[in-house]
Amino acid sequence: MQVPTPDSAESGIPGLHARWEHFPHEADMGVRGFGTSKSHAFEQAAMAMTAIICDPASVKPDQAVSVHCEAPDDELLLADWLNQLIYEMAVRGMIFSRFEVHIDRTRLDGVAWGEAVDVRRHHPAVEIKGATYTALRVACEHGEWVAQTIVDV
Amino acid sequence: MELDLLTRRSQYEWEIPKQGRMRVPGVIHAGAELIGSMDHKVFEQTVNVATLPGIIQAVHVMPDAHWGYGFPIGGVAAFDPDEGGVISAGGVGFDISCGVRCLHTGLTADDIAAVRNPLADRLFQCIPAGVGSTGAIRLDDAQMDAMLTGGAMWAVANGWGTPEDLERIEEGGRMRDARPEMVSAQAKKRQRAEMGTLGSGNHYLEVQLVKRIFDQAAAKSFGLAEGAVLIMIHCGSRGLGHQIGTEFLKRMVTSAAAHGIWLPDRELACAPIDSELGREYLGAMRAAINCALANRQILTHLVREVFGEHLPQAHLALLYDVSHNTCKLESHPIDGRERRLFVHRKGATRALGPGHAELPEALRGAGQPVLIGGSMGTGSYILSGLPSSEGRALSSACHGAGRAMSRHQASRTWRGRAVVDELAARGILVRSPSDRGIAEEAPGAYKDVTAVVDAAEAGGLARKVAQLEPLICIKG
Repeated sequence: MQVPTPDSAESGIPGLHARWEHFPHEADMGVRGFGTSKSHAFEQAAMAMTAIICDPASVKPDQAVSVHCEAPDDELLLADWLNQLIYEMAVRGMIFSRFEVHIDRTRLDGVAWGEAVDVRRHHPAVEIKGATYTALRVACEHGEWVAQTIVDV
Repeated sequence: MELDLLTRRSQYEWEIPKQGRMRVPGVIHAGAELIGSMDHKVFEQTVNVATLPGIIQAVHVMPDAHWGYGFPIGGVAAFDPDEGGVISAGGVGFDISCGVRCLHTGLTADDIAAVRNPLADRLFQCIPAGVGSTGAIRLDDAQMDAMLTGGAMWAVANGWGTPEDLERIEEGGRMRDARPEMVSAQAKKRQRAEMGTLGSGNHYLEVQLVKRIFDQAAAKSFGLAEGAVLIMIHCGSRGLGHQIGTEFLKRMVTSAAAHGIWLPDRELACAPIDSELGREYLGAMRAAINCALANRQILTHLVREVFGEHLPQAHLALLYDVSHNTCKLESHPIDGRERRLFVHRKGATRALGPGHAELPEALRGAGQPVLIGGSMGTGSYILSGLPSSEGRALSSACHGAGRAMSRHQASRTWRGRAVVDELAARGILVRSPSDRGIAEEAPGAYKDVTAVVDAAEAGGLARKVAQLEPLICIKG
């Protein structure tokens, strides 16, 4: 049976105002995270990416994986963060459902929590090939951070 | 796309005139109706590609074009290294050497009628497909490098296929000048468990029926007849290609300014062909082409094993294997002079005309088979290159139907189970681990493939040889 998968969600954490959504692209998918800080927006963009694959609520955050990346600007850092997660998902056969990001200028230290892919439980729809630089944007608007890009599926 | 932005050259050739920083015009090879249905982003992306250094002649846009990243999907652009030409990781994309392979079976629909369901089940069981699926083959470091150097030739030497397969694959099954040492340890690690896997998204393996022949002579040369059963495999270089694309995209975007390159869109990240980075990418990308060729060769072996179990009388000879996400060094006559150019095809198929020296002897009379994947419900086409293909669009044609609807919208419009049931009622068996994946790939999410191939034929890019309809579809 097809599991209805959300295409937007609130983080549910009081005071964080963090949320994510998908936005359309003709062949692929857009991921967009919002938050009160850049780090929260990056975390939510990662959540949006998981939601392309499956319902994040179905993924147990049992195992932690550390991710580190460095890039000359915020936008390339976002693409790097998502690409590192794509890499870790591919080589570990995992899906992630909880994220924590710390950004210090050009450096990102993050942790992703998840579990091994279980086709019967997660009903994964599609694997992600890479995070593109198309519609890539990191900005603070009216006190809210947004982090978005198109991912190739 | 607004037609009044374009200059009509002919019914099937519309020009985006040079403007702003464009070095060459854009040429869209389609009729007014298809162009009208294209997103305006195709226009913008074509204009952007036309600004890149060393671009020659024009940016050619195929009739199935849609909004991509950097290049439009269905974009063709050639660069001259002697004029500062570039090679673009974004222009080739993440799925390096994604392509289509078509196999004969020597069978008719009647031959497989009694075993269709078990055949579909067994193919689904034996062809690793979808998220988290892994292949049975594990390569050590030396074997990985040998695969990246040898492509399908390596696979055949290791028992996955026959020498006869190789002449029906572009480059004879092995892309020369691949440099496995330019492929990162991460890219190789990502490929460890993915040899002989189909992937997901729009990748598939189908058993198809030749429904209609348009060109008897070409069909005869290709070995096609109405009622014949074929196999079509659509996939690429898997995780290795994705990782190479990711890594070089970043390196090229961060070094563009140092190379004196202005990028209208960061996704067009590129480097001069004649630069250290350009040469490194070329070597790595060629290794990824070999990975894709080896992968489709191994999948062919798996399909042969399954057919051997159920239909031992089947003979799965290769018709052709052609990639549609590549950059290749080719000779093209430009303004009466033969020039060596690096041709990017992003979602476009090479379409060599009759007599071309790179075609195997048996195909030289009819021209190169151009394999066009449609959707699960609307079927596919086999076209062939024409004498006019070269002059029209550097011997290029369309590659598929092209999406008409985003995945997002498709998954909200259809339910996977309903799509499977509806197709089953029409005699098409679909097997997939993902209902949502099927919804996103529903036939209605794609353009009318027939309109696309009709435009390709009318525009002189390629001619129609056969129309195919699916019998069994294995989706990732």
